[in-house]
Amino acid sequence: MDYFLSEEQTMIAEIARQITDERIIPNRAELDEKDEFPRAILNEMAQADLFGIPIPEEFGGFGGGCLDIVLALEQLGRGCIGVGTAFAASSLGIYPILIAGSQEMREKYLPDVAAGRKFAGFGLTEANAGSDASGIQTTAVLDGDEWVLNGTKQWITNGGEAQIYTVVAITDRSRGARGASMLVVEEGDPGFSCGPKEKKMGIRASSTTELIFKDCRIPKDRLIGRKGTGFITVMKTLDSSRPGIAALGLGLAQGALDEAASYAKQRVQFGKPIMAFQAVQHMLADMAIQLEAARALVYGAARHIDAHPNNMSKVSSMCKVFATDMAMKVATDAVQVMGGYGYMREYPVEKMMRDAKILQIYEGTNQIQRNVVGQELNKEYARA
Amino acid sequence: MKIIVCIKQVPDAKDVRLDPKTNTLAREGVQSIMNPYDQHAVEEAVRLKELLGGEVTVLSMGPPQAEEVLRQAISCGADHAVLVSDRAFAGADTWATSYTLAKAVNVIGPFDLLLCGKQAIDGDTAQVGPGLAMRLQIPYVTCVQKVRQATETGLILERMMDDGYDVLAVDFPALLTVVKDINEPRVPSLKGKMRAKKVEIRRLSAADIGADPACIGLPGSPTQVVKVFPPEARCKRAVFTGSLDEQIVQLVDSLQSYL
Repeated sequence: MDYFLSEEQTMIAEIARQITDERIIPNRAELDEKDEFPRAILNEMAQADLFGIPIPEEFGGFGGGCLDIVLALEQLGRGCIGVGTAFAASSLGIYPILIAGSQEMREKYLPDVAAGRKFAGFGLTEANAGSDASGIQTTAVLDGDEWVLNGTKQWITNGGEAQIYTVVAITDRSRGARGASMLVVEEGDPGFSCGPKEKKMGIRASSTTELIFKDCRIPKDRLIGRKGTGFITVMKTLDSSRPGIAALGLGLAQGALDEAASYAKQRVQFGKPIMAFQAVQHMLADMAIQLEAARALVYGAARHIDAHPNNMSKVSSMCKVFATDMAMKVATDAVQVMGGYGYMREYPVEKMMRDAKILQIYEGTNQIQRNVVGQELNKEYARA
Repeated sequence: MKIIVCIKQVPDAKDVRLDPKTNTLAREGVQSIMNPYDQHAVEEAVRLKELLGGEVTVLSMGPPQAEEVLRQAISCGADHAVLVSDRAFAGADTWATSYTLAKAVNVIGPFDLLLCGKQAIDGDTAQVGPGLAMRLQIPYVTCVQKVRQATETGLILERMMDDGYDVLAVDFPALLTVVKDINEPRVPSLKGKMRAKKVEIRRLSAADIGADPACIGLPGSPTQVVKVFPPEARCKRAVFTGSLDEQIVQLVDSLQSYL
């Protein structure tokens, strides 16, 4: 379908497509097998200016919107959402600075991230604070001119690979949700370390570790925005980033459909390519229909967000749920179409199916996304 | 430093067919690309620029649509683009082409380094680079596989040989032709692509470069292609595509039919 993309948007997609075809697809199986962080590929993306897409031009970026980043992530996701996640998490890590950081803070951090000289990560989740962010136990206490952080963040993407982390910590427990703040922690800060790399089912090219703060002392000016605004910044950050996860789902599903359809054309059983059998054709047709419907929703949501940045929660959650549930279904069906071959590591759909699962879990589980949509509906219908 | 890179638009080798009547390359419907060796030459020029400063000019002789490959080079980091284009250049062999490019280089102005791909994948002569160096009376090194050291005054290079490589030092100005081993060309950048879209490409005609009409195009070309023919197919062949794993499966499948 023609989505009437601008010339610049077409360029973004072309560049990401070329990196995906030439750099990611030939290397994805090895990165997965070895749990290897795709440093060289990310450097290539940096050289191609992809890290600058969401960053304003005054900080050396491209000043792109939600649809721009969606188009890049869709292409990367077609190759490997592990690589796509490593890339996307760097954007996620700087969104709090973009959303709530001071001008000085933006000048300090954004140019390096835009150029891909530094990567970023986002630290929210803890052992007892996943879907319920109010369970956060990491604290930040002001001591003279320094914040002192204590606590442990869990499952942080780009952990150990990023140089800049935006972290949520409780600065005043008595104030509940208004007692959380966001701070910037840099690689090398005293008292800050990363745990070992977690062993995951999928997206194994991406690095996932704990962030450990033991009397970690950072300067006072690392506070992002005002004290107590941490949760608001987190919510705005996730609203902005979710369409990117939806886009990884689109890409993954496209990759899975491409593999399944070309296999079905070639695989002969009962004297015919299995594409000729209606049972297979209908599966492929359903995969294509669901994918296109999801793409229309994600692009539409991204355009809505670009036009109405203050009213994005509902569409952001809607597109994340729909596209990632679709990706899981399409990847599973791609394995089914390819039968035993699909289950083997020699073929890429096995990895796609393992990878797809995380899309329904991270950046807010799909159940939490439905809560967001439901709560928005509740508000809308209360007014009616 | 000033670097000029000569690039050529060629038909994509994946699609090449011969016209059975004329025995010339059938170019209709065949996608055009930048000669792959030239992509490596552009990349090396951009790397040298990043190392030593300066600017990279890409130069192509060809029809107006050769602008596409010049814009592609800009998107990958070249600064300026020059297209030498004139109907009078049509039918040029390597002799006339090197004459024309030498004239164009003189119009562009002083340079430190000229880079070319080892050869173009359509004609496969590998003559234009050395021919151009001879016309400009500068030293040249062909089949460069590595720039070991680059300074303001010259380069230390590795030249690929059948049984290893030579190490050579060359002072500027000089011409190099490069092989694919020299680097991996980068993916164009977003800023590069946007610049490529807008950049003005300098057009030079035969008159602009002061070319002698007897030395260009068909009249200036001593080489005549008498006959072009595809080699006779010796036996049944199949080309497998896709990833290595997919190709192996296809190969095994096709061999099984002989068991």
